Formats: sequence, C-alpha cells, structure tokens
Amino acid sequence: MSTISDTAPGGALSSPGATGQQTSRVVLSARGLRRDFGGFVAVNNVDLDVHHAKVHALIGPNGAGKTTVFNLLTKFLQPSSGTITLLDQDITKTDPAKVARMGLVRSFQISAVFPHLTVLDNVRVALQRPSGLSTQFWLPIGALDRLNERAMELIAAVGLQDARDKLAADLSYGRKRVLEIATTLALDPKVLLLDEPMAGMGHEDVHIVSDIIREVAKDRAILMVEHNLKVVADLCDQVTVLQRGEILTSGDYRTVSQDDRVRVAYMGTDHE
Amino acid sequence: MTRATAASLPKQRLFKLETALILIGIAGLVLAPFYFYPVFLMKVLCFALFACAFNLLLGYTGILSFGHAAFFGGAAYFTAHAVKEWGLPTELGILVGVAGATVLGLIIGFFAIRRQGIYSTMITLALAQMFAFFCLQAPFTHGEDGIQGVPRGYLLGFIDLNQPLNMYFFVLAVFLVGLFIIWRIINSPFGMILKSVRENEPRAISLGYSVARYKLAAFVMSAALTGLAGGLKAIVFQFATLTDVSWQMSGEVVLMTLLGGIGTLTGPIFGAALVAALENYLATSEFPVTVITGVIFMVCVLVFRRGIIGELYASRLGKRLEGKPDN
Repeated sequence: MSTISDTAPGGALSSPGATGQQTSRVVLSARGLRRDFGGFVAVNNVDLDVHHAKVHALIGPNGAGKTTVFNLLTKFLQPSSGTITLLDQDITKTDPAKVARMGLVRSFQISAVFPHLTVLDNVRVALQRPSGLSTQFWLPIGALDRLNERAMELIAAVGLQDARDKLAADLSYGRKRVLEIATTLALDPKVLLLDEPMAGMGHEDVHIVSDIIREVAKDRAILMVEHNLKVVADLCDQVTVLQRGEILTSGDYRTVSQDDRVRVAYMGTDHE
Repeated sequence: MTRATAASLPKQRLFKLETALILIGIAGLVLAPFYFYPVFLMKVLCFALFACAFNLLLGYTGILSFGHAAFFGGAAYFTAHAVKEWGLPTELGILVGVAGATVLGLIIGFFAIRRQGIYSTMITLALAQMFAFFCLQAPFTHGEDGIQGVPRGYLLGFIDLNQPLNMYFFVLAVFLVGLFIIWRIINSPFGMILKSVRENEPRAISLGYSVARYKLAAFVMSAALTGLAGGLKAIVFQFATLTDVSWQMSGEVVLMTLLGGIGTLTGPIFGAALVAALENYLATSEFPVTVITGVIFMVCVLVFRRGIIGELYASRLGKRLEGKPDN
C-alpha cells in the first residue's frame, strides 16, 4: 500500500481568522478530575491545563487512564467529581456533541473515519454542520457541492488529493489517520485531542503527521496521548505523566524525562 | 482488489443503475394490472413501501427495529376507523393513519434510540408488543374480528375506488410518492449525516452532531412512511386486523429487506414482491409457507448476504451495466 504522499502541509491547516500569536492562554482546564467504575478508581484528582498554541502530551504506561481522561474531557464519560472548563465556560455537565460544537474535537485510538463514504464525503460530513446543511432532508445531495472547495483544500493539505473519490475503507492505515485529521480540522476546532495519532504508523507516516500537527498547533491547542517518546520529545511543549490514574509529574520533556520517578515508572532506567 | 460491496460503488454509477431499474420498474407497474391480479399487485406495492420505509432505518441509519408492525398495523387500524366510523374521505383517512404512526414512531423511537444494537431492537419489540396487546383489548379495533368492511370511497370525491383499476393506480401513485420521499431523504444533506451515524456513531458525535436527534428523526420518518403503507393496505383490503400489528409482521419486513438487499433503494421492493408471491402461491398448497420462507431466509444469509439487488450491483453484470471493467 502507498504511504501518504509527501506534500508539505499548506496554509489550509490554519484557521481563517488566525493571528498566529504566541500566547499562553489556558483554553482547556480540568480540576480535581475523578472517575470511578464501581470500586475501581480509573482517574483520580487530575489537574490539567492545556494552553493555546501549544502541544501538550499525556503519557504513561498502559492502563494509566490516559484514554479515560480523554473521554472525560470530551464528555464521552461523565466525571464522578471535578470540573472541566473549556474557553472559560464550565462544561462539566455538557453533552459531548455540544462540547464538540464549542470547539473541542477529539480523535480516537482506532482510526475514526466513515469507511463506506468517499474521502471527499468524509470531510464534507464535518463541513456540513457549521454550514447548517445537516438537517435539510428535502434538498438534493448536490447542495453539498458548495463545500467542495474548502473540502479539497483540507484534503490537499494532508496529501490525499489523489484519493478524493476513494472509499475511506480502501485507504492504508496511515492515510486513514490523516483523513481523520483533515476531517477534524474541517471543524476549525480550538482544541484538538488526539488519541495516539501515530499508533501503528510506519516512520515515514509519523514524520508527515508530525509536520501536520506542528503546523496545526500554530494557532490551536493540542493535547495528545502518545507512546512514541521521540515524537513527544520532538513535538510537545508540555508533558504530563499519568500513573495509575494520577498525575505523577508535569513539565517540559527535559524536566520530566530526568525525573527519577518517571524513569522508574515508565521509561525504564536505561532511557537516554 | 478488495471485494466490492454495494456501498463501495461510486455514487454516480450506482445512481445510473438505480435510475434505469426504477424507470423499467415504473413502466412494468403501469402495465402489470393488465396481466396480473390487481389485488395481488396492490398487496405487493403496500408491502414494498413498508419494506422501503423500514430500510430507511435499517439500511441507511443502521437501526434495526423489530417493532415496525406497530406502525404498519396501527396505521391500518387508524385509517380503517377514520374512514368507517368517522366517515372521512379516503385520502384523509390515510393521512390519519400516517399521523397515528408518526406519533407511535415518536414514542417508540424516543425510547429505542437511547440504546444501541440488540438492546434498542428489544425495546422496539417490547413496545410494539404492548401496542399489539392494546389493539387486542381496545374496543375500537373489535379485537379478534378486526375492523371489517372499510369502504374504499371516492378519491377527491369523484374517482370511484371500487373500480379495481382506479384503486390500483391510486395505490401505485401513493407508492411512487412514498418511494420518491425515501429517495430524496437518502440523497440529501440530512441523509449524508444518517449514513455517517451508521458508519461510525462516536465519530459523528465527536464532529458535533447530536446523534440522538438524527436517529429519532429517521425513526419517525420511517414510522410515518410505514404508516402510509399500512393505511393504504387497510383501504385496499377493506379491513384491519391483528395480523398486521403482530410481531410476525415485524419479522416479515426484516426478511423482505434482507432478501432484496439492505441499503439499496430498490432491493426491498423485490424482496417484498418475492415474499408476497411465495405466500400467495403456497397459500393453497399443503406445504407450510413459513418453512419455505425460513429456508429462503437462511440461504440468503448464508449464500448471498447482500440480497438480490445487492448481489446484482456487486456482480459482473452489475458492473458491466455501469460501464465499469470487471475485476
């Protein structure tokens, strides 16, 4: 199968009104986040601040609760206690679709495309919502053609222009993941939560996705779960280490990777 | 190459094949009453509309309802009662049936979409069974007797529907309108969202769609169109009975849709025609018809899972019709 074509990410990834300024505004924050399943505490007392125009990594061993934190932040799970604030609004009780409409969009651990829709339609499904074209059951499908231009910009930005009319199911794994990113960006989100965006990718694809993320992060906040520590070191401004549902430490990669507790808990003593 | 599925064909091409099938079908249906028994044809059309409405939910939204008999049989009762007891004109009576099915769809759908997969299906079955029991007990349905002798009346006050051909073309017109509505819903911006929900529900939520609302809307639309088929059937046969609200009817529509091809516009029509024809021809034979339909169902699931029309799309012939090279 082919890899993602080596197109440099273009301007289509930036949001239209972006100023590109570097601010350290907190856009997403959690305080005292806790979730238990029966007697098992999956996430306990997690405080997290995600800043505008920064890439924040959430790392930790398997079962540390990273995906649960993602599910809590995006409201796919309801926290047992604690508060979540998105862009100065309390979203602790908001439903997940509303949270997405407010600008917090997530990806999933397994690639989340619509397999039996074409690449173009995958992106158009996302573009449809802000355009107000999603409830019109009386209009012909051609009404969506006005979204094509923007859709093609996004598709080209992730290097999928040659696959426009292919079914998402027929794409290689790496191409599915970049299609997912293009679909996510179609919503022009303020905060992106990426759950293991590089998982299962060949190193060429990792390089391309890294470039895309770096470009995207210029005017958006990104929180990502990632196991590839080279990627984390290379890409992330801030690292939070999770262990058994609690925060072990937080800081920049250098500080965190020197921390003895982290080396023991996660990276192994022989790292670097 | 990966094995092609009906859904994997390019939209434009699929559209051409479906259009061709539909045009041939309409021509056939216009000529059919001169060669076949009109009442049988009308039965087929009612069930075909029922199956297409059901397929709107199963094939395009991914919700399996096992309670569609409530909408079909319920609408038959409402229409029969409205025409016979209230003396409403035929067309208004059918609209009463549609309205009743819509309300039922809103109630059953409201609960069913709260869960997924088998749980959702079980909720539709449970609520439909409750409704069937209500129909058994409520005085207006006349219990085991059903509502008999429903007058066909005059369409728009002057077209005598007691004339078989008049009735047939009225049924055909309603069927085509119903089918057009379904086609339009499927091929609309809204239909695109339904498909995305079918394909990947969590992803649709994460894109900001309140999925529950779309599912409920699809459920109610499907129920209303099923009601159109049920009301029409009450006028054709001039009665409404418990058979149409029973769970066997819910099962039959699943069979018709699977047999014809889930997620194809025309498939359920062929499925309905096949099942109705079998029932008609085997009704007089000594062999139990349910055994035959059961065997056909198993063969379909085991051998040609895409259904008759689904397999046609995926076959070499289907590809050639669309002007595509064979694999």
